[in-house]
Amino acid sequence: MNIPNDLKYTKSDEWIRVEGTRASMGITDYAQSQLSDIVYVDVFVKTGETLAKGKPVASVESVKAASEVYLPAGGTVEAVNAALGNTPESANKDPYGEGWMVKFTLADPAELESLMNAKDYEAYCAGRGH
Amino acid sequence: MPFLPHTESERKEMLRAIGVSKIEELFSAIPESKRFPRVVLPDPLSEPEIMSEMQYLSQGNAHAQNAACFLGAGAYNHYVPPAVQHLLLRGEFYTAYTPYQAEISQGTLQSIFEFQTLIAALTGMEVANASHYDGATAAAEAAILALQQVRGRKRVVMSPVLHPHYRRTVRTYLQGAGATFAGDETPETYSAFQARSRVKHLATCVDESTAVVLAQYPSFIGEVEDLAPLAEVTHTAGALLAVVVNPTALGLLRPPGEMGADIVIGEGQPLGIPLSFGGPYLGFFATKQAFVHKMAGRLAGETVDGRGRRGYVLTLAAREQHIKRERASSNICSNEALMALAATIYLSLLGKRGLRKVADLCYHRAHYAAEKLSRNNGFQVVSRLPIFHEFVLRCPKSVAEINRNLLDNWDIIGGYDLGQDYPCLTNHMLLAFTELTPREQIDRLAEALAEESI
Repeated sequence: MNIPNDLKYTKSDEWIRVEGTRASMGITDYAQSQLSDIVYVDVFVKTGETLAKGKPVASVESVKAASEVYLPAGGTVEAVNAALGNTPESANKDPYGEGWMVKFTLADPAELESLMNAKDYEAYCAGRGH
Repeated sequence: MPFLPHTESERKEMLRAIGVSKIEELFSAIPESKRFPRVVLPDPLSEPEIMSEMQYLSQGNAHAQNAACFLGAGAYNHYVPPAVQHLLLRGEFYTAYTPYQAEISQGTLQSIFEFQTLIAALTGMEVANASHYDGATAAAEAAILALQQVRGRKRVVMSPVLHPHYRRTVRTYLQGAGATFAGDETPETYSAFQARSRVKHLATCVDESTAVVLAQYPSFIGEVEDLAPLAEVTHTAGALLAVVVNPTALGLLRPPGEMGADIVIGEGQPLGIPLSFGGPYLGFFATKQAFVHKMAGRLAGETVDGRGRRGYVLTLAAREQHIKRERASSNICSNEALMALAATIYLSLLGKRGLRKVADLCYHRAHYAAEKLSRNNGFQVVSRLPIFHEFVLRCPKSVAEINRNLLDNWDIIGGYDLGQDYPCLTNHMLLAFTELTPREQIDRLAEALAEESI
C-alpha cells in the first residue's frame, strides 16, 4: 500500500498535502483499494466556499459502495478537480496525484495537529483488518 | 434459523422490551368498536358458482367498455391492441424475477433497454430509466433528484395545473427533506386562476433559492403552452425544470427535451395499459446524461459479452440495497417491468406514425367536442389556451348531479369534477377525448347535456 511520507491522513481515509497555508486533498490508496472500481466522483463544493473541518466536499461511488469525502481541515476552496467527473478512475490509479479533489487555503494550520502522519496511518489501516 | 416462527417465550421477551403486556395493546389506537370485528362470510362456493356470482355482480358496473367515457384527468381510455395482453402473458415475461442475473435475464433486460430507448426518443431526452410505480411517484423522484443536484436549495415551485394528486405525492415524498413549496396556491376566482395557471406566472415564482420547477404539459386542464421561456428563467436562476407529460400528446407536440427541460416524467398508462381501477400503472423518468448518477431506480444497458456478442445488463443501479445504502436519496430500487413491457409492445405496434395518428384523433375529437358543446345553452367551454385532448366546461349546475344523470339516463361516464381540487372551479368539468370517443358519442354527449341545461 502506498502511504507517502510527506502527507497527513484522517481516520476517514483522506490525505492532505500542505504547502505553507495552501493545501490539497483527496482519498488515500487504502480507501480506493477498499472501494474497488470507482465509477463516479462528484466534487460538489464550489471555488470560494469556506468550509469547516470535517464538512463533506465530494461523494465517491464505486461498484461496491458510495461514500462521502470530508475536508481534513477547514479552509476556503481554491479549486476543485472537475476532470474527475469524466475520469473517476483517476482516483483509483493515482489517488495522490490526478485523483486530487479539492485545493484550498487553510483557515487554521493548528487543525493539522490532530491528523495522522504516514506511520500512524499505516498502523491505523493495518489495525482495521477485515 | 431466522425463518422459524417466534416462540411464545420470544414473543413475551419482545413485548417486555417494548413495555407492552399483550399483543392486543398494540392496537389501542384503533377505536374499540372497530378493533376486532367479526367477519361474517357466506359458506364456501365451488369455482363455477363463484364465477357466476362474480359475473352477475360485475354486470352492475358501468365501465369504459359498456359506456361512453369522457373521464380523463390523468388516466385515459385508449384502445389496447390484443397483442399487448397476449405477449405480456407469456410465462417468460409474466413470471420472470427481477433481472439481477444477466445471464438468465436477457429477454427482460432487452425489453427494459428498449423501453428506455423509446421513452428517451419520445421525450427528447438523453437517458430514461427502467420506470417507476406511476407518474406521481416519478414526479416526486424528479424533485428529489433536483434537491440532490442543486445542493442547499430547498424551494420547490409547482404549477397549480400540475395534477393535484401529483402535487400531493411530491409533498408526501419530500416530508423530512426540509423543502418549501410555492406556486400552486389556488386563488378564489376563475379569472385569477386562469392567470396563475400560465407559464408566465409560474416563472415569477422562481428565485435564487429554487431547486426545481415542476410543470405539466399539456397541463392538468388540458392546455398547451411553450415551456422554453420557463426553462430559460429556471436555468438563469440555477434551478432545474421538470416536466410532467402525457406520452400520447408527444406523438403530436414538440417534446419538452427540445424546450430545455432537465427532467421529463409522466404516466405511461395511456401506452397500452388498461384503466383497471387505477393500477398497476407505469411511471417513466427521462433526464440528461449529467444527472444520471442522481437518478433513482435502475438503468439497463447494452454491451457485448466475452465473445463479442450483443447482450444486456443492469448498467446502473446505485441504489440503497448494495451501493448507496443509508446514503441513498430514494428507496426505489426496482421497476414496473411488466407495465414497461406493455408500453414497449404498444409503441412498437403503433410506431411513430401510429402514435401520431392516435394523438391526431384525440386532438381532433376534443376540438370537435369543444365546438359542439359550446353551442349548448348554459354550458361554456372556458379553456382559452390551445388544448390537446381535454378542456374545461363550465356547467349550469353541480358536476356530480350532471354526471349522475349522464350515467343513469345515457350510459355516459361524464367528466372530472374540478371543484374537488379547485374551489374556484366548482361546477366546472374536465372532459377528455380519445380515439375511443367517436363523433357519434360526442353528439350524444351534447344531446344529453342539452337536456341538463333545461
